[in-house]
Amino acid sequence: MREVAVVAFGQSVHVRDSAETSEVEMLMPVLHDVLAQTGLAARDIDFTCSGSCDYLAGRAFSFTMALDGVGAWPPVSESHVEMDGAWALYEAWVKILTGEADTALVYAYGKSSPGDLREVLTRQLDPYYVAPLWPDSVALAALQAQALIDAGLTDERALAGIAARSRTAAESNPHAQLRGAVPAGEPLVAPLRTGDCPPIGDGAAAVVLAAGDTARRLTARPAWIRGLDHRIEAHSLGVRDLTDSPSTRLAAERAGAFELPVDTAELHAPFTSQEVVLRRALGLDAADGTVRINPSGGALAANPVMATGLIRIGEAAARIHRGASDRALAHATSGPCLQQNLVAVLEGE
Amino acid sequence: MSEVLTAPLVVEFPFTRSLGPVLSAFLTGLRERTVLGVRASDGRVVVPPTEYDPVTAEEMRELVEVGSSGTVTTWAWNPSPRRGQPLATPFAWVLVRLDGADTALLHALDAAGPDAVRTGMRVRVRWAAERTGAITDIACFEPDDGPAGDGRPAGHRGEFADPVTTLTAPARLDYTYAPGRAQSRYLQALAGHRTVGERCPSCHKVYVPPRGACPTCGVATGTQVEVGPRGTVTTFCIVNIKAKNLDIEVPYVYAHIALDGADLALHARIGGIPYDQVRMGLRVEPVWTEGGRFPDHYRPTGEPDADYDSYKELI
Repeated sequence: MREVAVVAFGQSVHVRDSAETSEVEMLMPVLHDVLAQTGLAARDIDFTCSGSCDYLAGRAFSFTMALDGVGAWPPVSESHVEMDGAWALYEAWVKILTGEADTALVYAYGKSSPGDLREVLTRQLDPYYVAPLWPDSVALAALQAQALIDAGLTDERALAGIAARSRTAAESNPHAQLRGAVPAGEPLVAPLRTGDCPPIGDGAAAVVLAAGDTARRLTARPAWIRGLDHRIEAHSLGVRDLTDSPSTRLAAERAGAFELPVDTAELHAPFTSQEVVLRRALGLDAADGTVRINPSGGALAANPVMATGLIRIGEAAARIHRGASDRALAHATSGPCLQQNLVAVLEGE
Repeated sequence: MSEVLTAPLVVEFPFTRSLGPVLSAFLTGLRERTVLGVRASDGRVVVPPTEYDPVTAEEMRELVEVGSSGTVTTWAWNPSPRRGQPLATPFAWVLVRLDGADTALLHALDAAGPDAVRTGMRVRVRWAAERTGAITDIACFEPDDGPAGDGRPAGHRGEFADPVTTLTAPARLDYTYAPGRAQSRYLQALAGHRTVGERCPSCHKVYVPPRGACPTCGVATGTQVEVGPRGTVTTFCIVNIKAKNLDIEVPYVYAHIALDGADLALHARIGGIPYDQVRMGLRVEPVWTEGGRFPDHYRPTGEPDADYDSYKELI
């Protein structure tokens, strides 16, 4: 199998409201940043793939406008997923594995500020039985949190601890939206308090992938993708065990995550309670565990929807690039209550 | 510094969906105060029923009737109900395993407060007064003091008079649209009857309307360039079908117009000339209406037609 690495990662500063910029105006500096890191121009990139969602800002075909920021001339080989950019990265990785491309530009962006994110996310739910009830994203996560508490797997104090650890870690992340001491706050949908929930905001991220010697030429220490897999569970919440994430566990197994210990894990857990589920599924709670979880602050520090998962892969890769990690796990999620999960294993040489 | 514009934007989704045999039976059943599930090959009863087994993907068609009371498997207290949700007063979201079912159904529980709710509590359906064959025919659940049912679902043919076969669930999302820097500058200039494009620093093309990036070079277009007001029809079509909510007599001409100084044609309606006399190369100018933020249409200037070579790159 071809060796493929993340050779560059960039992201915007994530903010509550980016009304002064259009999507392409927000995204373009990030694209220029990752290309500059590698010295590549857009025409040198073999494949471009992006992830975004028209429902967020209410703009049909917004990704075609965003492509203006790439400079798609002469015509480029391009694709888009209406999913988090982590799945765009998956498509680009497969494209490189086939030998059709040696380099790929992957980007994702999301502007949650124009709409009401909690309402917008109800439109991804089963349109017959669930969406007519308008259960918002916090409510569904709260049902999962209560199930965890009932099962004795966590409590409100432990959840507050996850929130505090994440926002403290984010103090050294210049891109984070929420950092430092953040109060636990009032129950938003109990048992989840405002502090258990991610900030709502706008942002963008991009990575460059490259194969083999091209990757070695483009950066001093490529973050090699040793495994990458994604799995999905049933859409109906009532048929799932919300305290567990078999899809995460299986994706991790298929990605080779359990073959050797990792030193870093970037987990896409927008709600504190979801980190509890993921740590259990990924075996990160072992007694001898020295795994650094979400050194970036994770989704609790910045949650530009559709880019948050790609940022987990980018943050893990960036730690490898700068020598702070030798083997890292990155995770991305999609859908309510961790319905779909992607796991990547990255290594330095 | 120009002010960033915003405007309200409403997006509505008036989809009508076909139900198929299983969903039709379930939703028609709710209309008749009957809760149906479907039995999987291993005997599990799935409620609300799906057409295919969520574990094995096998087709499931054996309908059964389950109880209208059940047990809460998890819950979440919602102190601030939002638009569209089942209750307007604070309530609990619940997953309920109805008596005889092996899976849980999501709905709302009307309870006095979070202290009155716990996992394992017994609840029963409160039916909506008017039922149409929708999940909202269950108004909500309410606490139930009665004992658990015997847990044995009864067979059901799933046949009802006048079955519901489609579901129309209109949805609306409200946004605040913000067009960004480049388009805000463009729209503000337009309000003053000036058309201002932006030049690419790399290929020097002038884009009208500007979108903030040169789609060829992938760099920001920063330099503002006033173009027009006159321009040339590069190509056009004749519209023969009257659009809904548009008070324009057909046939009329819709054209691509290259404004003088612009490197991209914009599109607009042509007026002030019979539709069958519009031609490529026709010179036109904007016509503004009282208080209009953009030209109502373009009309002939009376100049000689532009030479084809002068606009052929802009077609």
